[in-house]
Amino acid sequence: MNTMTKMTLKTEGDTHLVVTRHFAAPPEVVYRAHLDPKLIQKWMLGPEGWTMPVCINETRPGGKIHYEWTNGKEGFHLTGEFLELEPYTRIVHVERMHLPDPTPDNHIETRFEADGAGTLMTMRMTLPDPQTRAAMLATGMERGMEASYVRLESML
Amino acid sequence: MFSTPNLNASFAALADPTRRAILARLASGEATVMELAQPFEMTQPAISQHLKVLEEAGLIIQRVDGTKRPRRLAKAGIDAMDQWLAMLRKALEKNYDRLDEILATMQSHTKGKKR
Repeated sequence: MNTMTKMTLKTEGDTHLVVTRHFAAPPEVVYRAHLDPKLIQKWMLGPEGWTMPVCINETRPGGKIHYEWTNGKEGFHLTGEFLELEPYTRIVHVERMHLPDPTPDNHIETRFEADGAGTLMTMRMTLPDPQTRAAMLATGMERGMEASYVRLESML
Repeated sequence: MFSTPNLNASFAALADPTRRAILARLASGEATVMELAQPFEMTQPAISQHLKVLEEAGLIIQRVDGTKRPRRLAKAGIDAMDQWLAMLRKALEKNYDRLDEILATMQSHTKGKKR
């Protein structure tokens, strides 16, 4: 994989999780692909075999977010609210998964910065407490699990 | 796929740095309570308490060896968590790979309109 596009996922402090990714398109385009339901339905799908039949974004502060995924057998949904929208630069929202019980609120700030001809996206998630973050990512266990990551990848 | 009750206990058990260190130590092989307590400057009862949490979360198991009770990683528990994490990372990577393709299409459309 190209190092320019390689995703990073790391923890910050006790309650944050930061994802960065470079895209070969300007911030205006990447920003739009993060808000337009028709576009989101084409990429925010997770593992192979899942589709997103419902995608509602009320793109204004206080506007609702409602996404639903299914793999034909099982499904789950996500709800949230937009807090701030700075065109082409920044999206701030909260979201929770319903599995079916709602997970604690995840506060997410997504920034889009021009990076050469492309965009550096930085998504900073803030979880209410360290336990919740641990549930999203087992801090410090990554190294110890490297071997089984490799094993799992060879299975996929 | 998203809700295994034991998985919640597993991740909660990992919220503590001492317990993460214990698991890291056990990743390199079986160890007794005494061996586990050594690097932490903690009393054996304190370590035993942590071991109990890890055991209830299905992350470690103990074996009887005379008077000793050596602990080791529980493969099933670790594997379950492991797959969940790998899935999270893979899901994100897949999403962004798909987004790359969409961005390429969006840009060629924009360029077309401008011309």
